[in-house]
Amino acid sequence: MRKWNIVAVAAALAIAAVTIHAYAADKLKVGFIYVGPIGDLGWSYQHDLGRKAMEKALAGKVETTYLENVPEGADAERSIEQLARTGHKLIFTTSFGFMDATLKVANKYPNVFFEHATGFKRAKNMSTYAARFYEGRYIQGQIAGKMTKSNIIGYIVSFPIPEVISNINATMLGAQSVNPNVKFKIIWVNSWFDPGKEADAAKTLIDQGADILTQHTDSPAATQIGSQRNIYTFGESSDMIKFGPKTQLTADTDYWGGYYTKRAQDVLEGKWKSEDTWGGLDSGMVVMAPYTNMPDDVKKMAEATQAAIKSGELHPFKCPITDQDGKTVECKGGTHLDAGQILSMNFYVKGIDDKIPGK
Amino acid sequence: MQLVLERRAERSTMIAVASPLIAVALTIVTFAILFAIMGKNPIEALYIYFIEPLTDPFSLQEIAVKATPLVLIAVGLALCYIANIWNIGAEGQFLVGAVCGSWLAVRTNGTDVGYWVLPAMLILGTLGGAIYGLIPAICRVYFGASEILTSLMLVYVANLGMDYMVRGPWRDPAGLNFPTTAAFDPVASVPTLLEGTGRLHAGSIIALVVVMLITVLLGRTIMGFEIRLVGAAPRAARFSGFSADRLVLITFAVSGALAGLAGIIEVAGPIGHLDPGVSSGYGFTAIIVAFLGRLNPVGILMAGLFLALTFIGGEGAQISMKVPLDLTKVFQGILLFYVLACDSLIVYRLRLLRSVKAAPAHA
Amino acid sequence: MLETLSNVLHLIFSVSFILTVVTASTPLLLASSGELVVERSGVLNLGVEGMMIVGAACGFGGAYLSGSIFVGALCGIFAGVALSAIFGILTLGLAVNQVATGLALTIFGVGLSGLIGAGFVGEKIVPAAHLNLPVLTSLPVVGRILFGEDAFIYVSMALIIAIWLFLYRTRAGLVLRAVGDNHASAHALGYPVLRIRMLAVLFGGACAGLAGAYLPLAYTPFFIPGMTSGRGWIALALVVFASWQPGRLVIGAYLFGAVSILGLALQPLQLGIPQQVMNSLPYLATVIVLVLISRTRGTAGSAAPASLGTVFVPDR
Repeated sequence: MRKWNIVAVAAALAIAAVTIHAYAADKLKVGFIYVGPIGDLGWSYQHDLGRKAMEKALAGKVETTYLENVPEGADAERSIEQLARTGHKLIFTTSFGFMDATLKVANKYPNVFFEHATGFKRAKNMSTYAARFYEGRYIQGQIAGKMTKSNIIGYIVSFPIPEVISNINATMLGAQSVNPNVKFKIIWVNSWFDPGKEADAAKTLIDQGADILTQHTDSPAATQIGSQRNIYTFGESSDMIKFGPKTQLTADTDYWGGYYTKRAQDVLEGKWKSEDTWGGLDSGMVVMAPYTNMPDDVKKMAEATQAAIKSGELHPFKCPITDQDGKTVECKGGTHLDAGQILSMNFYVKGIDDKIPGK
Repeated sequence: MQLVLERRAERSTMIAVASPLIAVALTIVTFAILFAIMGKNPIEALYIYFIEPLTDPFSLQEIAVKATPLVLIAVGLALCYIANIWNIGAEGQFLVGAVCGSWLAVRTNGTDVGYWVLPAMLILGTLGGAIYGLIPAICRVYFGASEILTSLMLVYVANLGMDYMVRGPWRDPAGLNFPTTAAFDPVASVPTLLEGTGRLHAGSIIALVVVMLITVLLGRTIMGFEIRLVGAAPRAARFSGFSADRLVLITFAVSGALAGLAGIIEVAGPIGHLDPGVSSGYGFTAIIVAFLGRLNPVGILMAGLFLALTFIGGEGAQISMKVPLDLTKVFQGILLFYVLACDSLIVYRLRLLRSVKAAPAHA
Repeated sequence: MLETLSNVLHLIFSVSFILTVVTASTPLLLASSGELVVERSGVLNLGVEGMMIVGAACGFGGAYLSGSIFVGALCGIFAGVALSAIFGILTLGLAVNQVATGLALTIFGVGLSGLIGAGFVGEKIVPAAHLNLPVLTSLPVVGRILFGEDAFIYVSMALIIAIWLFLYRTRAGLVLRAVGDNHASAHALGYPVLRIRMLAVLFGGACAGLAGAYLPLAYTPFFIPGMTSGRGWIALALVVFASWQPGRLVIGAYLFGAVSILGLALQPLQLGIPQQVMNSLPYLATVIVLVLISRTRGTAGSAAPASLGTVFVPDR
């Protein structure tokens, strides 16, 4: 008998819970799928900051849910679908690996809007968005070119996907614009997020002569090592100044809050459309952390470059671009490489001696 | 006063039957307490974890989808574990099976091939897993190396190997250089059974068939008898002429094959392409399933479904109660602890003894 | 070709490389030292990864809340001991299968550390201080290695020496080894087999907890879920690699650390080896070594303690 009482209580509570949720149905439910922990202090952390910013900007009108540490395999599709089934009308999937899963679910739920970060497949109810990090990289390259004494820049990277390659190239082009003798030492740690390995890579690069470090991985390990050994570093995705107060030069931070707020607003006002957004310094999706620990003239140069990129006067990939084999790259965008070329970039520019792994 | 463990004269059938239920009940109680400590409503939490996924067809199908690879792998592992052969490398065999089967899918992608592609992929995956599983077996039989560690190390090697293929030679040419193969053609994909309502696919049927086959194998064939004998009484088995070495090779090959089959089914089914993130640790979770199911194929089927239920429930809890996914791992660990503890009481009993003089220590 | 070789040699024999290797190897050395003792007593605890990662979470939490690295290390040790106690009660008290329990412990530990550590993600602490002796630290080659490291490194070195002394120069160590080699005989001689094994298991847990705590307290001073990245499994492999002998364990630990660092350090030298191959080297090396050392003992088996992993229930 006792057992049935418990079941009855459980059922009653469940019904109550569902009813309470139903009352909140006037609010727009927005879901977020993160590939890593929001505590990674990098990629997912920034997306979550964006989520919180949106919540604040549209307080009372939205209700958000997030799932972190969602693996990019079969589980992803289920997680996305769960959000769609539980009344979420706008869902952000924040990693490339969720692309096919998002598309599958989008096809099943035509009344739900999906936003996929850094991908290239779209549908009537599925948009893509990404940020033009390479703009920030160009500025960082310039700063590095000016500040380096050994002319060796250490670069810690994850996987040889086009986004990473284009960022390496943009950094080199920026560096070369002020210092043609700059060389890179590149280490692939085979993970977006492995603080131990990133720390090892940072130490190794410093040992091999790098006096400035930059990264395309998500943890503050390299910044911390730089702080320990008095080596300048650039933060990545988020402002890592806390870990390197005297050594961080700047950081190429992602700011998603504006985009998220706009898209939620679009849904609320009924004017959401499928599009491909690629925002940069101009739209505020890429924000440079304050320029610190550098002499004033370098700071002024960085600010000037930032303004030039923002206004469109300067494009990091302005032609002519020569690849590392010496060939001139076709200039499909008129005066600079076009979006398609940058998104699928699979070559290094002249000046980088390494070979792209797996080519 | 001393609490000692004593071997029973014979296995207690009462506890044998009740043990899984006691273990589950204990786990649920522990969990309710944990939830209460975390400030969440225990009844609501238990409902969301265990009952809610059973209430609608989508979740039910998802449970089957999640359970399929677990059951397939665990059934193979059970064969090994019964014979005291410790295959910890199922995860690697899963990945190698996925890679081998995917090779055919990538080769024939976009071309107009017939329906033979899918069965061929499944066979390739099965063979690939079997061969990869034989490596630790050979290391043990011919070199005496511990199969626990060799099979485990090979997991990492398999992972890196797959990573290399997907980032290099097998990259989707239309994929802007991202590390994924092209989506598999429909002929190269495992068909879903209930189109439109969920992801239940033919792999689940294969898993059920395998469970039945292994049950027959264990219960009614000489090979099954060998396996059980080698596990229970290795010396008697040797005297009977059964070669323990041969058994190591066979069980590793079979469990590798099943893990490889699970791998290619998962990739050609729910996922639809090969990329670095295809496995979320199935090979290791299957070890838990094998023990939860007490190394018995039907038990494994139920344990696999139950564990899948907790996965789905855990995801639901993350959405509706903001409970972290780590809690599911804690739950699974605790469940296994209780199951193992209760199972021990089948063979042993605990007795409270009045002060017994310990044997005098050697002077 | 010759220039590449010279570059590689230059790299390997540089002080900074050695230092990086030492720090990378320390968690491996700490964890495997403890597991060595556990396995010598006849118990196979596969839950090292779980104990390490809970040690990392508790260690960081303790240090963050108290402001002291020492307190953090103690918390890590305590966490490891607590988890190993669960293992001990099950496998020694209830004669449960050791492999299954160890695996359950790993899964439990990974989940538990995520729960405990969730509140601390994003915080930073002041990492463990490095020794800085007036003259000694500035010595050319050995200065920084021998006199410029943090406490964990020195503890790890002292620990393995202590373990060696214990196992081979004390009576208690002899008894422990006897228990591992033949528990029935040891029991017949009147030694409390289960109690000895339990103490060994707890000691192994303490070492694993300390090894885990080293990561957020000294290596990278913040906590991230999953930060042990499989080091516990490598520690297990190390014990076998070392044929259960402390001397070889030290060599093995530093070798493994070196291989994993080499995987990164050789990349800028552009030797043309795919980085997945480099990354798989530690694991392949383990398999190869396992095969080789087992071979030298003949096909009968390995150098393992004969009772390793078997259940012991004292008959009455």
